[in-house]
Amino acid sequence: MMTRRHIAALGVALWFGILALTPLLADNYTIRIAITIAMYSAMALSWNFIGGFAGYPSFSTAAFFGIGCYVGAIAQRSGVPLVVAWALATVFVTVFAVALGAIILRLKGHYFAIGSIAIVEVVRLVVSSWGGLTGGGDGLNVPLLSGGPDRVATTVLYVMLAIMLAAFVVTILVDRARLGFGLRCISQNEDAADMVGIDTTRYKIAAYALSALFCGTVGAVYASWVGYIDPTDSFSILLSVKVPVMVLLGGAGTVLGPIIGAGAFVMLEEFFWANFLEWNRAILGGIIVFLIFFLPSGILKLDYRRLFRRKSPVDRTEAA
Amino acid sequence: MTEILRLENVSKAFGGIRAVNDVSFTLNEGEIVGLIGPNGAGKTTLVNLITGVHKLTGGKVIFAGQDVSRQKPFQAARRGLARTFQIVQPFPAMTVLENVAAGSLFGGGHTAMADARQAARAELDFVGLGAVADQPAALLSLPNRKRLELAKSLAMRPKVLLLDEVNAGLNAAEIDGALSLIRQIAARGITIVIIEHLMKVVLSISQRILVLHHGELIAQGDPTTVVNDPRVIEAYLGAKFAARFGMTPPAAPLAPEHGAPHV
Repeated sequence: MMTRRHIAALGVALWFGILALTPLLADNYTIRIAITIAMYSAMALSWNFIGGFAGYPSFSTAAFFGIGCYVGAIAQRSGVPLVVAWALATVFVTVFAVALGAIILRLKGHYFAIGSIAIVEVVRLVVSSWGGLTGGGDGLNVPLLSGGPDRVATTVLYVMLAIMLAAFVVTILVDRARLGFGLRCISQNEDAADMVGIDTTRYKIAAYALSALFCGTVGAVYASWVGYIDPTDSFSILLSVKVPVMVLLGGAGTVLGPIIGAGAFVMLEEFFWANFLEWNRAILGGIIVFLIFFLPSGILKLDYRRLFRRKSPVDRTEAA
Repeated sequence: MTEILRLENVSKAFGGIRAVNDVSFTLNEGEIVGLIGPNGAGKTTLVNLITGVHKLTGGKVIFAGQDVSRQKPFQAARRGLARTFQIVQPFPAMTVLENVAAGSLFGGGHTAMADARQAARAELDFVGLGAVADQPAALLSLPNRKRLELAKSLAMRPKVLLLDEVNAGLNAAEIDGALSLIRQIAARGITIVIIEHLMKVVLSISQRILVLHHGELIAQGDPTTVVNDPRVIEAYLGAKFAARFGMTPPAAPLAPEHGAPHV
């Protein structure tokens, strides 16, 4: 018999398969969408650790992504081999998140959200002003990947898929381990979590570091893919908003939610870009508002049976 | 009797207000001790000082021979200093069982989830919540939420359990149920500090009573002596009434018919 878990596993495997097969079956435009989906899925899965499991509304994704871009680019420009540069970016961003988390995770709720946005701006300003190292506003050229456009796209796709897979596997592990359980406790009632013996500071820092780690790698790979980075592109505040919206769309704190949300969001966005060139941002805003009001726990948590059943008075008393 | 917890000259000031002032006492293993005092006497602050929620302004807390004055709440929990909250603090979206499993996993020293769940189920049966183990905690009634708090604390395998008004908001029948539960917990060898407004509850269950007033420990001893202590009567009833009582102390301890004195 097929259990829900089997269906979910099959669905995820199928989804990875479809994304991985795009180079064989489709044109470069579709591959590009697949890369974008894999990239955002990895970042959404990352954000899910801090925003979903721990319930801390972090907007520092763009900071982690941007630092990843720059560390990867600078390392490559100084002659470090490609893969080592990506690894270096990952390590650097993780260490940065641990150090930063120890300070910023003392804030809660709205204060944490504002603090995490400020991080993005501060890092962006530092990178813009430190011209000697980062090229300032002129940006940096990153050594191009070898091979023609087709080969580059295929390579980047598989690397992004590998990062997405790694993030997914770590999500499953965390979900089943003490860490995931402890983070859920923190998200629901931090004081009570403290009182049952959870070292909340360490748990939150771990979640924050996990939310940074894969973004760092994604940033470095992205820099190698596009070949040129500048502060506005790398530290785009829109990225910090999009990624949480994706997770909320799919279902925050769940294992599959980020993947569903990222896939759905990227395809929706692509559709609106292509069809409503002038209105796509307004539509994006509309989706966010719709989400907040009507889907507070995401696509995964929708009770579809209830949705299609007419509400009888009995149901209403039950709900009250 | 072996000493388990000792407070030495413990003080806490919030700005200019001394919420707890120079409090010293000792708890022995397996005792049930009542901590009473009028509203704002510093009872909850004292619990917060013992469990590391607040930092001490002065003095020392010694638990099982170890100075734990600077501990954090999660360390207190792991050491075996558990507490319940005056306002219940469940993890609302989790099931009742998961709530208790959190206690046994993080505070009770179980490392495997399966063990933690098993221990949690045992505690739920003990407090009489076995039947609702798989319900979301948010759906429980108030008396059951209080029981959940107890089960969660017990799952942490505490040596000392601080019960901050576990009976507040319960009716007479529910209080009787809660009291017999507390006696059963004490029978397991756990030292219990019961913080309570209701005199009836404290007097009927405590072997010893500590009285706080304006952050100071004004009396301690067995229930009868403490209740007849003029300073305690003054703290609860005010100087005017105390003058009347002080001349002719009542023969029996303050009976429950006299009502809860703080009202």
